[in-house]
Amino acid sequence: MSKETSQGVVYTPKDFKSDQEVRWCPGCGDHAILNSVQRAMSQLAIQKEKYAVISGIGCSSRFPYYMATYGFHGIHGRAAAISTGVKVANPELSVWTITGDGDSLAIGGNHLIHAVRRNVDINLLLFNNRIYGLTKGQYSPTSVKGQVTKTSPYGTVEPPFNPGELVIGAKGKFFARTLDGNIKLSTDIFIEAARHEGTSVVEILQNCVIYNNGAYADITDREHKEDRQIILRDGEPMIFGKERDKGLILDREHMKLKVVKIGENGISEKDILVHNSTENNPGLHMMLVNMRWPNYPVALGIIRNVAAPTYDMAVHAQIGKVKESSPINKMDDLLTSGNTWEVQ
Amino acid sequence: MTKKNKPIELEDVVIRFSGDSGDGMQLTGTLFSNTAALLGNDIATFPDYPAEIRAPQGTVGGVSGFQVHFGHARVKTPGDLADVLVAMNPAALKANARWLKPGAMIIIDVDNFTPKNIEKAGYKEDPIREEKLEDYNVIQAPITSLTKRALEDMGLDMKSVLRSKNMFALGMIYWIFNRPLKFTEDFFKSKFKRKPEIIEANERVLKAGYYYAETIEALHVTYVVKPAEIEKGTYRNINGNTATAWGLIAAAEKAGLQLFVGSYPITPATGILEELALRKNLGVITVQAEDEIAGITTSIGASFAGLLAATTTSGPGLALKSEALGLAVITELPLVVVDVQRGGPSTGLPTKTEQSDLMQVLYGRNGESPVAVVAASTPANCFYYAFEAARLALEHMTPVVLMTDGFLANGSEPWKIPAMSEMPEIKTRIVPEGTDDYEPYKRDPETLARGWAIPGTPGLEHRIGGLEKDEISGNVSYDPVNHQVMTNIRTEKVKRIVHDIPELKVEGEQEGDVLLVGWGSTFGHLKSAQEEMDQEGKKVGLAHFNYINPLPGNVEDVFGNFEKILVCELNMGQFAGYLRMNFPQFDYHQLNKVQGLPFTVAEIKEAVNNLLEG
Ligand SMILES: Cc1ncc(C[n+]2csc(CCOP(=O)(O)OP(=O)(O)O)c2C)c(N)n1
Ligand code: SF4
Ligand SMILES: [Mg+2]
Repeated sequence: MSKETSQGVVYTPKDFKSDQEVRWCPGCGDHAILNSVQRAMSQLAIQKEKYAVISGIGCSSRFPYYMATYGFHGIHGRAAAISTGVKVANPELSVWTITGDGDSLAIGGNHLIHAVRRNVDINLLLFNNRIYGLTKGQYSPTSVKGQVTKTSPYGTVEPPFNPGELVIGAKGKFFARTLDGNIKLSTDIFIEAARHEGTSVVEILQNCVIYNNGAYADITDREHKEDRQIILRDGEPMIFGKERDKGLILDREHMKLKVVKIGENGISEKDILVHNSTENNPGLHMMLVNMRWPNYPVALGIIRNVAAPTYDMAVHAQIGKVKESSPINKMDDLLTSGNTWEVQ
Repeated sequence: MTKKNKPIELEDVVIRFSGDSGDGMQLTGTLFSNTAALLGNDIATFPDYPAEIRAPQGTVGGVSGFQVHFGHARVKTPGDLADVLVAMNPAALKANARWLKPGAMIIIDVDNFTPKNIEKAGYKEDPIREEKLEDYNVIQAPITSLTKRALEDMGLDMKSVLRSKNMFALGMIYWIFNRPLKFTEDFFKSKFKRKPEIIEANERVLKAGYYYAETIEALHVTYVVKPAEIEKGTYRNINGNTATAWGLIAAAEKAGLQLFVGSYPITPATGILEELALRKNLGVITVQAEDEIAGITTSIGASFAGLLAATTTSGPGLALKSEALGLAVITELPLVVVDVQRGGPSTGLPTKTEQSDLMQVLYGRNGESPVAVVAASTPANCFYYAFEAARLALEHMTPVVLMTDGFLANGSEPWKIPAMSEMPEIKTRIVPEGTDDYEPYKRDPETLARGWAIPGTPGLEHRIGGLEKDEISGNVSYDPVNHQVMTNIRTEKVKRIVHDIPELKVEGEQEGDVLLVGWGSTFGHLKSAQEEMDQEGKKVGLAHFNYINPLPGNVEDVFGNFEKILVCELNMGQFAGYLRMNFPQFDYHQLNKVQGLPFTVAEIKEAVNNLLEG
């Protein structure tokens, strides 16, 4: 639901649409993501001029041009670093970083892990289509092993990154996963990502109809999706399946998750794990992000959401503190401080 | 105290302190320089140290030196050759013997001249004889053993004892040049506040050296160098890196903006980031980024968000920043990039000076990508050119590269402190809230600078980025003619800065036989050469450039007044090539050097004399 901002403005998603024609391929997952972001922003009670949408390079990174907010289309891989500069320069802005799997995990991997480590208060939307879209179909660091692309005509021989594993490994405090086509889930997650103070990474499983069509078909097709996805919600048991009869328990002997059927082998609903995204210990969150079909359902929703001090606030707090106790308050003070002497 | 003979008055003196990189020679040199400056001498310093923090002990590669030139008159260079050399070991002698004036004084720590060390330095058995220095004033002082004796009852560990032997040498030099110990003792007291035993040890050794010099026969003469005749005012000592940092802070204050600096440490630029990180009291935001690319891109983000943004680096780091610098060019955002040059290519000579990044700065980017370029020419004027770089960036909405180098960065000189009220105004291009006809690429017709609309301002929401822009709206445009128009505008915008910079001035003769041409840090040496030749009655002028792109408007007029032009630079001829391209009607002679060292005045004079004769 739309909310009033402090200035008494109520927005609709349309207020966030720019006058530029959207140029993604018809059927590209990016269209739906744009839609979800505009919905989320209209519901966040933040003045429009406070949004800054920053991107790198890729199909996904064209995003800022389609937004009626402040926007900056950067260079390949550097979206997280540019965003860090924007946010530290003006912590009052709501900074949204738009990046692809190549942009943030190949050329920009360094900036991603350091933004996450520092916990800069940005919302980083990672459009993961497991392919390089803009350059017309080369494999990416998330392409599945063996994937045939233009630069891997015989299949890739390298194992992929799992973005969630990387983010949590880099001390990430917020990680969520959603599907391009699930506008309701995406909108809810984007709103929570914006509310979380710190680096909120949202991996969006995005379909590239042209170069990697159906990359997520096995978990999204109508027939099977309830059995192959699990949407995690805080305080709720981790139950999934068309019949809502499957759940996750912790196999303590092997220290791993296990799919069980409720009602079989003496398992009842109270044996099923209950989701807690705010648990600081990353152990269970790591197991959840790593779940892969066909052994497990793929986890969607907010997997990790832990409060921690942000970098931008820490930077400004330190400046404030030093200023309070320093006798040097302006340039003239500095120029004449320390060892000086008079020449008569 | 024995009676001192009347000291001999000298115009100026060059002292070179040298030892192992762990011997504390940089500190020794700095302390001497500070004392000289506080007594009113003009000074110039030149630290020269190896890239390794602890290079192999006793080897020539591990020698660290600090040269200070102090005088009664204005001192413009750290001096070509030394009057006094302090050599803490044979390797220090080996590294510096060729930089001595004939008959110079050489103080050696004879305790370190053991057969093993002598061999390590590459001598056979008698370094003094092998260097043919027998006729020089060699003072063989047992510095290490006398330091140990001075501290023997203090119960310090041997490491701490040996660490203070540099103070023995400093004490000797203070006696020889009639300097008080007070300033240095004050330094110990503030530096080691919580370690009284270290204060005492240093003071004891300093005094031991002082009295040793007084006692020994060899030093029956002492010298004075009277204070310099310098302009009235309040002075301080400043090195180029600190001056650069302060110039940026001063510009931010004048412009009414907060300063943001995203940088990654690299020799010899690191000192700027370190100084800025200290200046939280003046609101400076520093981000030590994960690499140079993040250094410049965080700064571009901060500039987009409305701060005065800068990034500081050296040649290898600038190479990593090139793509992003192009982004600042096309988004037409204000940004200062400081390149503290060092020897290249690749990692090259990290701690040595060179001017070989000029072409990289001017052209090292993809596409037609003009940036404004200025170069500082003395340690202290790094302040003014950093300020100027920021002023040009903000007023013309363009990235500006400030070029300095290792020589300026680490060198220091007394500086007459300006008051902020004397500094020029800086008017930013910030678009006020409520501007209803705002377009991102609408320009000031005179300078072609676009407006700067800051995120957070209601009604000015807009998108910019690295794709080519439509001429006015800034929307993405692939139109062929528009690309030509925008390329022309970006070029013309930088060219028009010429109306906002001073004309080139000629030092010395305004017309004549030879015009010396230089840029950046070679100023002191070129100016000394020009003055000396002037006294010899030769018609030599000096045109020194601080504005590299655009070049000042009157270059042709200046060059036309001389028979011959000699372009001197610490590279293989990059500025000469740039001048040839811009002003092909003139003939350019070149003096080039890439040894990681500044020019000597003698080299320059020799080159001019060859031209005069030829
Ligand atoms: C420095 C640099 N290297 C390479 C490219 C070419 N390039 C543009 S986008 C891209 C990959 C994009 O893939 P991804 O980040 O996954 O975004 P998508 O197009 O899939 O949304 C590449 C390699 C570039 N623009 N800049
Ligand atoms: S190429 Fe793929 S990712 Fe790019 S716009 Fe088309 S469908 Fe979308
Ligand atoms: Mg992709």
